[in-house]
Amino acid sequence: MSSETTTTIPEAAAVPPPGPAPVNNKRVPQGHRRLLTRRDRITLGFMAGVPTVLHVALVWVTALASIALAFTSWDGIGFGSIKWVGLDNFKQLFNDNPQFWPAVEHNVIWFVVLILIPTPFGLFLAVQLDKKIRFSRVYQTAFFLPVVVSLAVTGFVWQLVYNPDTGLINSLIGANKPGHYIDWIGDPHLNLWAVLIAASWRHTGYMMILYLAGLKGVDPSLREASSLDGANEWQTFKNVIFPTLRPTNTVVLVVTIIEALRAFDLVFVFNKGAQGTELLSILITNNIIGESSRIGYGSAIAVVLLVISLVVIIPYLISTFRKERSA
Amino acid sequence: MHRFSPGQFMPGTSRRTVLRGLGGAAVLGAGIPLLSACAGGSASSDTKTVTVGSNASDAVPKKAYGDVYAAFTKQSGIQVALNTKDHNTFQEQINSYLQGTPDDVFQWFAGYRMQFFAAKGLASPIDDVWKTIGGNFPPAMHDLSKGQDGKYYLVPLTTSPWAVFYRKSVFQQYGYEVPTTWDAYVALCKQMKKDGLVPIAYGDKDAWPAMGTFDQINFRLNGYDFHVELMAGKASWTDAKVRKVFDTWAETLPYHQEGAVGRTWQDAAQTLVAKKAGMYMLGMFVAQQFTNKADLDDLDFFAFPEIDPAYGQDTVEAPTDGIMLSKKPKNHAGSVKLLEFLGTPQAEETYLKADPSLIAASSKADTSAYSALQKKAYEMISGAKHLTQFMDRDSRPDFTSTVMQPALQKFIRDPKGIDSLLSSIERQKKTIFASG
Repeated sequence: MSSETTTTIPEAAAVPPPGPAPVNNKRVPQGHRRLLTRRDRITLGFMAGVPTVLHVALVWVTALASIALAFTSWDGIGFGSIKWVGLDNFKQLFNDNPQFWPAVEHNVIWFVVLILIPTPFGLFLAVQLDKKIRFSRVYQTAFFLPVVVSLAVTGFVWQLVYNPDTGLINSLIGANKPGHYIDWIGDPHLNLWAVLIAASWRHTGYMMILYLAGLKGVDPSLREASSLDGANEWQTFKNVIFPTLRPTNTVVLVVTIIEALRAFDLVFVFNKGAQGTELLSILITNNIIGESSRIGYGSAIAVVLLVISLVVIIPYLISTFRKERSA
Repeated sequence: MHRFSPGQFMPGTSRRTVLRGLGGAAVLGAGIPLLSACAGGSASSDTKTVTVGSNASDAVPKKAYGDVYAAFTKQSGIQVALNTKDHNTFQEQINSYLQGTPDDVFQWFAGYRMQFFAAKGLASPIDDVWKTIGGNFPPAMHDLSKGQDGKYYLVPLTTSPWAVFYRKSVFQQYGYEVPTTWDAYVALCKQMKKDGLVPIAYGDKDAWPAMGTFDQINFRLNGYDFHVELMAGKASWTDAKVRKVFDTWAETLPYHQEGAVGRTWQDAAQTLVAKKAGMYMLGMFVAQQFTNKADLDDLDFFAFPEIDPAYGQDTVEAPTDGIMLSKKPKNHAGSVKLLEFLGTPQAEETYLKADPSLIAASSKADTSAYSALQKKAYEMISGAKHLTQFMDRDSRPDFTSTVMQPALQKFIRDPKGIDSLLSSIERQKKTIFASG
């Protein structure tokens, strides 16, 4: 979340108003303080101000309110029922909630799996497609298609595959009969992996496109030079191409972390985060949405998620800023 | 979502921009309380219309309610403006809906879910309506319609029982008899397994069906009063009585359909339709899955068997739906007229003509048009000493959805470790019920 938010403010403020620019030229500038006319300043004020106000109100105020609410107990009815409870929500969360630690663990597993399986596979596909083989556009489209489809829809489709009674897998291997029944959706030892296969299926295409873009940017003369030096394909990739993909790797890493932290829709459609597929995002939703909600408690979980995100994102920002400064 | 491009982060983001924005946000923030303040007040001129918030978004109940309101308009000349929302959305948004500008009357559920909003002052008491319609309802319905303050808040319209459903032809084919005691029930399960049937169809993917089984065993074993205390958060979940419920339940778990946590109730019902399963403990809505008329006629049910003779089969779980009056209805007089109309047997008969999967809450409604299944359900409910709603209607929904649903799923999947499960439930219950 916050990586996106920080970018929008400077962008909005830095873009000059394109509209009134020609009007400007007709007037004689009166010293450099009056470079902008009154109208320009109003326009600029609106263009920078409105998005800023919206952004601050919808992102910052809500985020800060959520942090504040994490220390209260509130059922969402009237502001009078907000009660200050200090750290109680966090104590409960860490000590008493049987779903919290599994949820943290599953978010971590989600990240590890995405970075270990679909990411290298996506890179592999990208390298193959980059060789300009025949029908490469077709393959590219086929692998990228899952990324275009909404994850909720992906969830429905994979449910048809995994449904223990009537699903594709169990029907094919006959595992829907009593005695040798495989419960892909309900068994906590299976369901997380079942969902992760669906998530990886999608993530592969995503990674492929990112790497493909990175590979297009590799200077062809590098390849030439390495082949002149007598390097084989693997050596070229390992020693020449892969090191040049470093910026892409950073992007891939951050995208994957974000994917792991915001994992939600697929699981929610799949089995609503039941035994074995608990995720932080789902715990938050379950506590906040509903007829008598535990908004304080849900906010406390959201704060935990925020802290985890910050731990990941702050080092990234620091390194990016450092690069900017040295550039 | 991933609008990010490395290198676009601009160092030295103007701190002033942020500060200026904060000022604007303060203005915006001041607008938020208006949300709750703008309810009521305006537009009291139109007394010819009553607005109704409806969660009846499915085709059958939607038409049934439509018929009832049309009948009201015909009788009284007052128009009904219906505002139908998808029922899940309606439920999720009920909180903000009632705090904003709700319709004059709204459809809702009996039990704790009604009492909660009544206690929060988000509904108006309707004792005057009950003076008129009170005679149409049995005592159990009177109790169900009252808030914790003893005032009436709901006009009940329809209800339907939870019971053990089975197919007559299957019982005939194998020569089974309806079990009335727990031992007979377990023996029947064993026999069914031997005969190659799934004794008890089961699906708990949506996480609430298991609550029904818990409720039945609990009030059969420990009685209605203990059940109410437990649901109200007063009795302890670590009590030996609760432990006994789970032990009793565990006795029949091997006879439940395998892989319940991955199966929806609809899929489980299909095994009963297909005669692969012998029994299914569920609400009467299971009949919706019997789309073939011959199959539906073959469907029958019996009350959950007796466990402790001291309580027999005196309690019936019968979730009841009805209508409530919002906190500041614009057309109070018209709303009262509508509520009085909905409390008449005629209104319920009109409803049931279009939706035969339920029965009337009133004891005066004509039962001659009922199907055999409806008649039996009617007798079961009118003969009950106590009516319960359902765990998530009798207890705090935040407790039942965030604590009980995952806990029961865990138990069904792996019945070992009940003690640690129960102490975990009790710890979480204490903090939730303490939050007021």
